[in-house]
Amino acid sequence: MTTKLLEVNNLKQYFPIKGGVFGRTVNHVKAVDDVSFYVNEGETLSIVGESGCGKSTTGRAVLRLDEPTNGNIQFNGENLLDLNKKEMRKKRKDMQIIFQDPYASINPRQTVRQVLEEAMAIQDAVPKSERVDKMMELLDTVGLGSHQLDRFPHEFSGGQRQRVGIARALAVDPTFIICDESVSALDVSIQAQVLNLLKNLQQQYNLTYLFIAHDLGVVRHISDRVAVMYLGKIVEIGEKKEIFDNPKHPYTKSLLSAIPVPDPSHKQERIVLKGDVPSPIDPPSGCRFHTRCPFATDKCRDEKPELRKTETMTGTHEAACHYIEDIEAGRHKAAE
Amino acid sequence: MLVFTIRRIIQAIPVIFGVSILVFLMMHLVPGDPAQVIAGEAASQQTIDQIRERLGLNDPIPMQYLQFVTNAIQGDIGTSIRTGQPVADEVFSRFWVTLELTVYSMILSTFIGLIAGIISAVRHYTVTDVVVMIIALFGLSMPNFWLGLMLIQFFSINLGIFPVSGWGTPEQIVLPVIALGTAGAAIIARMTRSSMLEVIGQDYIRTARAKGVKERIVIYKHALKNAMIPVVTVIGLEFGTLLTGAVLTETVFSINGLGRFVVESITARDFPAVQGSVLVIALIFILVNLLVDLSYRFLNKRIDLN
Amino acid sequence: MSNDADVLQIQDLQTSFFVDDGEVKAVDGVSLDIPKGKTVGIVGESGSGKSITSMSVMRLIRNPGRIKGGSIHYNGEDLLQKTEKQMQKIRGNKISMIFQEPMTSLNPVYTIGQQISEVIQIHQGLSKKDALSKSVEMLELVGIPSPKDRVKQYPHELSGGMRQRVMIAIALACNPELLIADEPTTALDVTIQAQILDLINELRRSLGMSVILITHDLGVVAETCDYVAVMYAGKVVEYADVHTLFKEPKHPYTVGLMNSLPRHDMDQDELNVIEGNVPKPGEMPEGCRFAPRCPFASDICTNELPDLMETEDGNQVRCWIYSEKWDGDPEVNVKNDYQTARSQ
Repeated sequence: MTTKLLEVNNLKQYFPIKGGVFGRTVNHVKAVDDVSFYVNEGETLSIVGESGCGKSTTGRAVLRLDEPTNGNIQFNGENLLDLNKKEMRKKRKDMQIIFQDPYASINPRQTVRQVLEEAMAIQDAVPKSERVDKMMELLDTVGLGSHQLDRFPHEFSGGQRQRVGIARALAVDPTFIICDESVSALDVSIQAQVLNLLKNLQQQYNLTYLFIAHDLGVVRHISDRVAVMYLGKIVEIGEKKEIFDNPKHPYTKSLLSAIPVPDPSHKQERIVLKGDVPSPIDPPSGCRFHTRCPFATDKCRDEKPELRKTETMTGTHEAACHYIEDIEAGRHKAAE
Repeated sequence: MLVFTIRRIIQAIPVIFGVSILVFLMMHLVPGDPAQVIAGEAASQQTIDQIRERLGLNDPIPMQYLQFVTNAIQGDIGTSIRTGQPVADEVFSRFWVTLELTVYSMILSTFIGLIAGIISAVRHYTVTDVVVMIIALFGLSMPNFWLGLMLIQFFSINLGIFPVSGWGTPEQIVLPVIALGTAGAAIIARMTRSSMLEVIGQDYIRTARAKGVKERIVIYKHALKNAMIPVVTVIGLEFGTLLTGAVLTETVFSINGLGRFVVESITARDFPAVQGSVLVIALIFILVNLLVDLSYRFLNKRIDLN
Repeated sequence: MSNDADVLQIQDLQTSFFVDDGEVKAVDGVSLDIPKGKTVGIVGESGSGKSITSMSVMRLIRNPGRIKGGSIHYNGEDLLQKTEKQMQKIRGNKISMIFQEPMTSLNPVYTIGQQISEVIQIHQGLSKKDALSKSVEMLELVGIPSPKDRVKQYPHELSGGMRQRVMIAIALACNPELLIADEPTTALDVTIQAQILDLINELRRSLGMSVILITHDLGVVAETCDYVAVMYAGKVVEYADVHTLFKEPKHPYTVGLMNSLPRHDMDQDELNVIEGNVPKPGEMPEGCRFAPRCPFASDICTNELPDLMETEDGNQVRCWIYSEKWDGDPEVNVKNDYQTARSQ
């Protein structure tokens, strides 16, 4: 029986825009607009999407690094938004985050020992006498080797720094880790090492990941389930296999078809989207994808599609499109 | 642009109020009774009471402030105790001299500073760069009154080229402007250098070179306009430094400007005169900063209305 | 040595950076031919020297970097022998370049029109007005809607994809024979990347130019290139036509790179990674640069640097396995045995 470790309901994150002579709030960036999902214990849910879709904002909102505008975030059965600052800080012992740029998120003047010591001390996660042993163990776990304990961040390569970031996250024995583009800045060969490490750690410590990324190859490799975001909304969510092999939303399809395949003999039908992603300040009405969607109709412009499941979808797979069945049956064709 | 201008002007209002409060409180923050301080140690109780009455010091402080502001808006910033003349008249008769001194010094600072900074940046890591920066460090380290005295010693007394004191003729202007402007030139040179170096490392400079643009044009067209953005701030701030620096320069060169008036008023415990002068200087400073902010918009198209 | 079929011939190029710690050989003896009308990909990870190679072609290496040796023949003339003034006539005119960061590669204080016009005015001597109308044409060519309005806009008013299109417009304004694209889509989202790659391909065909595409993305290489050079630690380790490279990669590094790539179009249990890190500039191994990370490395690999050798199919590989001096398992097949060799 799987239990939901994290359940997010109707999450909204609006950032005010100041303007005019008096600097009033004239509008909002609707970075995340009514998003719901859950993550089961021990699994990896990935959120994918292009820049500005709200995937990182969602991650930050879950940890309350930015205060969400609205919604409900249940972690282990407790609503995080009901906690006061102190309680929330305590909660962060269980919930850690690993950022994209390990160099920017680690104090350059601290040695690895100080970085880990600080993480442990803030949460008082490990008794003082056991800390050094634990640090050595952590460094071995993340593949750095305990002899690196007194080094500074600049003495490490990008991949090694990201391992330090992982060690810091693990220092407080969390159950849940948000990986926010954690491997995006790394070279392919190093990225593969870190991905393997994250996978091994998950099995070893029964960790739950919320994995935020734009690289669909990486996402396919690490995820159990995947949520695709576009302009602040989840347009499709489901088991990895469903999303990659049986995508239903036109956006997911075009996203997958846009990725170059490392095989020159492979010729795929590419759905090239026109134009850019619209502004999240004044998102399109109805379905937010309708301005770029080859299948869009008047209905798409007027009516917001809800996430739903059709007969050809299995598991927890849902997509938010009015025309899933019609497109599938060939009744509804793309406009030229 | 208009909205931006209006917003900047509106934002200046609280600052002006803050300044007026500070200037007003100046008199009350001096330890002891202001009337006693003005009158001096040996004054009789009667004299002190008279001063107190004349300055309205018997009213509650908020009332006094209200009076001060009301008067100031009408152009009345008090009457000098020393000369008996309205402070406004005293200040404005001297103000132009100080403004001239400051503006000339500023032109000198900007001109020399920009050129030295650009040369240094373009010849980064060469002897020229090192020499220019050492000179700049000297310029920065010399107090302007000391530099003034040295200039007088050398050019006026030893060589007899320029007059020792005064203001008005071109000969009289040279030494004070150099004395006052040198430090500013050094600051602007250093700022221009670091700003230029940063800009030269930017991707769009590489793009310009990849387009086949001549190096000279890369520097003067592509780099300089971008590098000027932080430099303009420094130039604006420098104006304030120059205004205050003028106090010492005017004293050294016996120039009858606002700076010297302030010094003399302080020595003579002429509180209304000090108060008025400081208020005027502060207002000018705010105005200059406003102009700097507006010139940003002109230089940098990215500062949006938002 | 001049070959009419090649627009550019790089021979034994050496570019170094002279820093406090000593000399860093960023490009260490790179030889590469760019056939006319074709796209050649240079693939490699950070520090492989792929970008420095392209900057060397443009002669845009700045202090403390210096091109130490070699030759770069363009239409029979050695670019390394040209004066700065002669180079200025070539840059942006005969050989153009676009860069990775469209967000920062345009000057923020000049309009799009001014920035495209500049290159036209410099190389074609057009008047300001004519250059501007040519700029509008260029924007139209690279698929920017309402180009007449766009020329008046500043870079910050455009999205990343639009800015990269503007960069392409600048690069192509003078009909160059060779376009160097240095990670042109790395900073862009995949749907925008697809647009930009399609655009470059289409323009290459219609304008008949050659392209050097520098990238770390093997997918991009597979879709756009005719030939590929794989670089590692300042050297080309493999050069092949794109089909051969992906079907029969020969160098262990190429194989490792392909195995490291998480695929979106198939399931993989574990990624067959390359162990360890790229050698630091001051700590270059004596023998093959890749030997410390290579699962096949034998004695000769750690002691002697292999040359770039021609293989039976006319491609090139820098690996002892394909030479007569090979002292390891004679039956080894790099592609098929990589995983087993790695786990030993």
